[in-house]
Amino acid sequence: MELTGAEIFVECLKAEGVETIFGYPGGAVLHIYDALYKEAEHVNHILVRHEQAAVHAAEGYAKATNRPGVVLVTSGPGATNAVTGIADAYMDSVPLVVFTGQVPRHLIGNDAFQEVDIVGITRPCVKHNFLVTDVKDLAATVKKAFYIASTGRPGPVLVDIPKDITAARCEFEYPKEISIRSYNPTVKGNKRQIRRAIDLMLECQRPILYTGGGVVLSGGAAELTQLARALKFPVTNTLMGLGAYPATDPLFVGMLGMHGTYEANHAMHQSDLVIAIGARFDDRVTGNIEKFCPHAKIIHVDIDPASISKNVKVDIPIVGDVKHVLRDLLDELHSRKDWQTADISAWWAQINEWRKADCLKYEQDNESIRSQFVVEKLWEVTGGDAYVTSDVGQHQMWAAQFYKFDKPNRWINSGGLGTMGFGLPAAMGVQIAYPDATVACITGDGSIQMNIQELSTCMQYQLPIKVITLNNGYLGMVRQWQEFFYQKRYSMSYMDALPDFVKLAEAYGHVGMRIERPGDVEGALKEAMAMKNRLVFMDFITKRESNVYPMVPANAGHNEMILV
Amino acid sequence: MSDETRHVISILMENEAGALSRVSGLFSARGYNIESLTVAPTEDATLSRLTLVTLCSEEIVEQIMKQLHKLVDVVKLMDLNDYPHIEREMMLVKVDVQKHGSCDQVKRLTDIFRARIIDVSDKTYTIEVTGNRSKLDAFLQALSEARIMEVVRSGSMGIARGSSALTV
Ligand SMILES: Cc1cc2nc3c(=O)[nH]c(=O)nc-3n(C[C@H](O)[C@H](O)[C@H](O)COP(=O)(O)OP(=O)(O)OC[C@H]3O[C@@H](n4cnc5c(N)ncnc54)[C@H](O)[C@@H]3O)c2cc1C
Ligand SMILES: Cc1ncc(C[n+]2csc(CCOP(=O)(O)OP(=O)(O)O)c2C)c(N)n1
Ligand SMILES: [Mg+2]
Repeated sequence: MELTGAEIFVECLKAEGVETIFGYPGGAVLHIYDALYKEAEHVNHILVRHEQAAVHAAEGYAKATNRPGVVLVTSGPGATNAVTGIADAYMDSVPLVVFTGQVPRHLIGNDAFQEVDIVGITRPCVKHNFLVTDVKDLAATVKKAFYIASTGRPGPVLVDIPKDITAARCEFEYPKEISIRSYNPTVKGNKRQIRRAIDLMLECQRPILYTGGGVVLSGGAAELTQLARALKFPVTNTLMGLGAYPATDPLFVGMLGMHGTYEANHAMHQSDLVIAIGARFDDRVTGNIEKFCPHAKIIHVDIDPASISKNVKVDIPIVGDVKHVLRDLLDELHSRKDWQTADISAWWAQINEWRKADCLKYEQDNESIRSQFVVEKLWEVTGGDAYVTSDVGQHQMWAAQFYKFDKPNRWINSGGLGTMGFGLPAAMGVQIAYPDATVACITGDGSIQMNIQELSTCMQYQLPIKVITLNNGYLGMVRQWQEFFYQKRYSMSYMDALPDFVKLAEAYGHVGMRIERPGDVEGALKEAMAMKNRLVFMDFITKRESNVYPMVPANAGHNEMILV
Repeated sequence: MSDETRHVISILMENEAGALSRVSGLFSARGYNIESLTVAPTEDATLSRLTLVTLCSEEIVEQIMKQLHKLVDVVKLMDLNDYPHIEREMMLVKVDVQKHGSCDQVKRLTDIFRARIIDVSDKTYTIEVTGNRSKLDAFLQALSEARIMEVVRSGSMGIARGSSALTV
C-alpha cells in the first residue's frame, strides 16, 4: 500500500516495537505529528517542555530498559536544543534514535526559515547520522538507525527528515533484516586471548576486577557476579558501572577514581592484574596516567576496539560483548579440571586493612543535614530498590557513594559529559518505562534549575517522581575546587536568589516539602514515599560548605588520595 | 611517546554525502595531523578511495586506524606503511619564462624529471610532474631560477605492491 512519509515513519516505529517517544512539535514535523495523532493508541508520545529534556528522558528510558530511546523534534531550534542531550548520550554510550525535522529539500542550503545543518552540527557527537533524501529510503534508514544505535557500542543515531519527504508517497515495506557492509561489530572474544586471560587470572597474586558501564549495557551483570564469586576476586565499579556488581556484596570494594574509595584506589595501585571489563580508562578514573597501576598487567574486555589501549596500554585485549566474553571466560575456567587461583589471602588481608580507613565516614550532628545522611536514609527507606537518577555535582558523588546499588540499570546519571539538568528528565523516562517503580532524582539547587520546567511534564503525565534536592546554596562541586585550589575565592559558585522550591513545586501542582533538621529526614522520606501517586519535591537544606571525600586531586596517583 | 613517522593510510568508504567530512572531522576533533588527503570514486561507483597522509607516533596511528574503522561509512582501510607500496603525487606548475634563457632551462629540467609541458603561452609554461613527494619537492627546488607563478599538488595517492589490495 502507498503511504505518506509521515505514515511510513509511524509504521516504522510500530515495526520496531517502539511504545514511547519523547518530543516537541514544530513546522517541519507537522505531517508526522498528524500521523501520530491518528496512531496515538500505538505510539505513546510524551510532550516535554524543552527538547533537551526529551533527549535526557529518552536516555533515562534507554538506560533503565537497555532498549533504544526515541526522540522527535522539529528543525532549527528544536534540533539544536537537542544537541546537548545527543552529546551526553554519545559520551555515555546510550542507544538513542533521534528524529529531526528538516526544511523541504528544495530549500536546503538557502538559509530557509528554521533551517540548520543538524547532520553537520551533530556529526562529531553521534554514532552515525543520516539525511533522508528520498521517501523510498525512509524505511530502510529508520531500520539502519535502530540497528546501529543498539548494536556494538551503543550510541545516538540521528535521522534528519525534510518536510516534503513526510508528504511524499511510496510503497511501504519494512525491511526484515538489514546488513551494512561497513558495520559489523565483533561480539565473540578471541579464544586464544580468553585462554591467556584465564592463565593470568589463575597466576596472579593481587587481582582486581575493574568494571564499568559496558557490563550494564551488555546485560552481563549476572555473568560478572558468577565470575567474581568463582574466583573470589575484589570488584570495583566505575561511576557508570554501579549496580553491575552488588554493592552490598563483600567482594565489592566500592567505586574507584577521583571520588572512589580508599580501598578501591589503593587496590588498583598495588594490583598485579587489573581485569577491565566494559570500562574505558577515563581520566576521572585513572588520575595521572604515568602513575596508574604501576605493577599491573592489564586485561581489557571492550566491544569497541578504539577503547582498547587508547589511554592505557593493555597486555591482553579482548574485543567483544561483555556478556559473551564473560560466558566464554567462565567456560574456559570451568573446562580446566581442578582449577585453582593462587593464594590471594594476603591480598584480601591488605584490602581489609585499607577498608579500616573508613574513608566515607561523616558525622551527622543535630545542627545541619549532611547530604550523605539523606542518601543513606533514602537507601534504607526505599529498601535499596529504587531507580535513582542524578544531576551533576557533589550530590551526584554522594548518591554514588551512599546508595548501594545491588542491581544494574538502577543508577542513571550523566558521567562522560557531566550534564547538569540531566536528572529530572531522565527520571521521567525511567518512570514512564516503569510506572510502578520508585524513581528518585537526587539533584542540587543549581542542577535542578537547568530543566525545572519539566515539573510541568511530570504533572501532565502524572509521574510520581521523588525529587531529592540536596540544597547547599552553592554550586557545590565548583565551590569545593575553589576551596581546594583557589584559596576559597568563590567566584560565581554561590547561588543567590534561589526560588522557594516548595512554592514552585506547588505552583506546578505537586507536593513540596522543605526539610531543615536532621531529625526530620527519615520521617519526611517515608512520608514522601507513601505518596505513591504524587510527585514530591523535597528540598533538603544541607550543610553549606561540605566536601566530597575521598578525593584524588587532578594529576595525582591513586595512592595520593585526600582522605578528609 | 615514540618518534613520529609519516603514514600513508588508504581508505575505502561509502561514496556518500558527508562521508569525507566524517573523516576530516575526526582528524580535527581528535587533534590528529593531516599532511594531505585525496579522494575520488573508484571503479565501483558506490565506493570512494581516499588516501590520507599523516605524521604521527605508532600509538597515535593505531588509534587513528581504529577510530577510522569505527566510522560507519568506512568499509576498509590499510596503513600502507605495513606493506611495500608505491606512492605518487601529481603536480602542476606554472612558470614565468619571460626572462632570457628560462625557456631552455625549464625544458631541460622538465626532461630530467621526466615531466611534461602541457600548456604554453608567450609568457608561461605549465608543467605536469608525477612522482613521490620528494621528487616533486626536488623539482620545485630545481626550478628556483625560473619564476614560479602557481603550484597545484594533488596530495599523495598510494597503492600496495604485488597482490595485496584494498578491495571489498
Ligand atoms: C562530577 C563527576 C565526577 C566523576 N567522578 C568519577 C569517579 O570518581 N569515578 C568514576 O569512575 N567516574 C567518575 N566520573 C565519571 C567519568 O567521567 C566517566 O564517565 C566514567 O568513569 C566512565 O565509566 P566507564 O569506564 O564505565 O565507561 P562508560 O562511559 O560507561 O563506557 C562503557 C565502555 O564499555 C564499552 N561497552 C559498551 N557496551 C559494551 C558491550 N556490550 N560489551 C563490551 N563493552 C561494551 C564501551 O565501548 C566503553 O568503552 C565522574 C563524572 C562526573 C560528572
Ligand atoms: C550544563 C553544565 N554547566 C556547568 C557545569 C559545571 N558544574 C559541574 S558541577 C556544578 C555545580 C552543580 O551545583 P549543584 O547542582 O547545586 O550541585 P552541588 O555540587 O552543589 O551538589 C557545575 C556548575 C556542568 N557540569 N554542566
Ligand atoms: Mg548545590
